Amino acid sequence: MTDTADIPQSYEPTLGDYFALLKPRVMSLVVFTAFVGLMAAPTSLSVVESFCAVLFIAIGAGASGALNMWWDADIDAVMRRTAGRPIPSGRVDPEDALYIGVALSGLSVVMLGLATNLFAAAFLAFTIFFYAVIYSMWLKRSTPQNIVIGGAAGAFPPVIGWVCATGTAPLEAWLMFALIFLWTPPHFWALALFMRSDYDDAGVPMLTVTHGRRFTRVNILCYTIILAAFAIAAAFTGLGGPVYLIVALVLNALFLKGAVDIWRRDETMSEADNFLTERSFFKLSLLYLFAHFGAILIDAVFFSTVLASWSIL
Amino acid sequence: MKVEHELHQRRRGRNIGVGLLLAAFIGLIFALTVAKVTSESFQLPNIEQGAGE
Repeated sequence: MTDTADIPQSYEPTLGDYFALLKPRVMSLVVFTAFVGLMAAPTSLSVVESFCAVLFIAIGAGASGALNMWWDADIDAVMRRTAGRPIPSGRVDPEDALYIGVALSGLSVVMLGLATNLFAAAFLAFTIFFYAVIYSMWLKRSTPQNIVIGGAAGAFPPVIGWVCATGTAPLEAWLMFALIFLWTPPHFWALALFMRSDYDDAGVPMLTVTHGRRFTRVNILCYTIILAAFAIAAAFTGLGGPVYLIVALVLNALFLKGAVDIWRRDETMSEADNFLTERSFFKLSLLYLFAHFGAILIDAVFFSTVLASWSIL
Repeated sequence: MKVEHELHQRRRGRNIGVGLLLAAFIGLIFALTVAKVTSESFQLPNIEQGAGE
C-alpha cells in the first residue's frame, strides 16, 4: 500500500511500465527456448521468417504475462516479490493491462500464422489460453499442483518454435516440452521454500502452505530424480548429441546433489544460513535449463552441419 | 504550469516510443513480405481456380 501512495495521481505510465507488464525475464527464456526449437527442427526458415516467428511467440508470451498481471494484481500486491509490478505499484491501470494483453494476444497469433503456419498460430493461441485462463484464473488459486500444471504453459514455446519450422510436432519437440515441464516444479518449489511468507500471506495454495515444507522438500527430490532420468535418457534420442550428453551428465549430477541436500535439511538448518542451499539450487536450476537448451542448439546447428558434410564425402 | 509541462514531456516520450514501434512493425511486415514473395516456393494464387475453393 505504501508503494501506491508514492505514485502521484497524475502519473503518466511510460513505455517501460507497459513493457514490464510483459514479464521481460520470462520472455527472455521463451525467446531462447523457442529459438532452440526452431533451430533444432530439420527444416529451416529464412532469417526474416525465423526472426518473426521468435518475435511473435515472445509477444504472445508477453501478452499472457500481461493478462496474468491483470488477473493476479490482488495477489501480487501482497507478495514482496511481486509488489513492485506495474499494477500493484499503481503505475499502470488494471484495465490498460487487460487491453494490452488481449490486443497483443490477437496480434501475435495472427502474425505468427501469417509468418509461419496456422498450426503454429493455433498452438500459440492455446498456450496463451492455457497460461491466462487455465493456470492464472483457475488452477493457481485452487490446487497445490498449480506449479506442475502451470509448467506446461512455459514448456510450449520450443514446441511452437519447432512447429513454425516444420508444420508438425514430432516426438523430439515433445521431449523439449517434457524437459521444461519436469524442470518447473523443483525450480518453483525451491523458490517457494525461501520466499516462504509470500505465498502464505497471499493465500496461494503453494505446496509449502498446503502440505508443509517437509513434503515440499520430498517432492523436489522426487521430481528431480524423474527429471534427471528423463534428461539423460533424452541424450539417446533424435534430440540428443555429444554436447547434450556431456551437459546432461554434469548438470543432472549437480542438480540431483542439490535436491538431496535440500531433502536432508530441515527448517532450522535452512533458517540458520538463510536458505543458502535452496537459493543456490534455484540459481542452478536457471543454469540447468539454459545449458540443456544451449546444448540442443549446438548439437543441432553444429553437428548436423558436420554430419551433413561427412555424408557428402 | 511546470507540472503540466512535465506531464507533456513524459507523454511525448511515450508517444515517440509507440511511433518508433509502429514504424519498426511496418518495416518488419515489409521485410517479411519480401522474404515470402522471393522464396522459391512462392506461387501467385490462381484466381480462376481459387474462386471456386
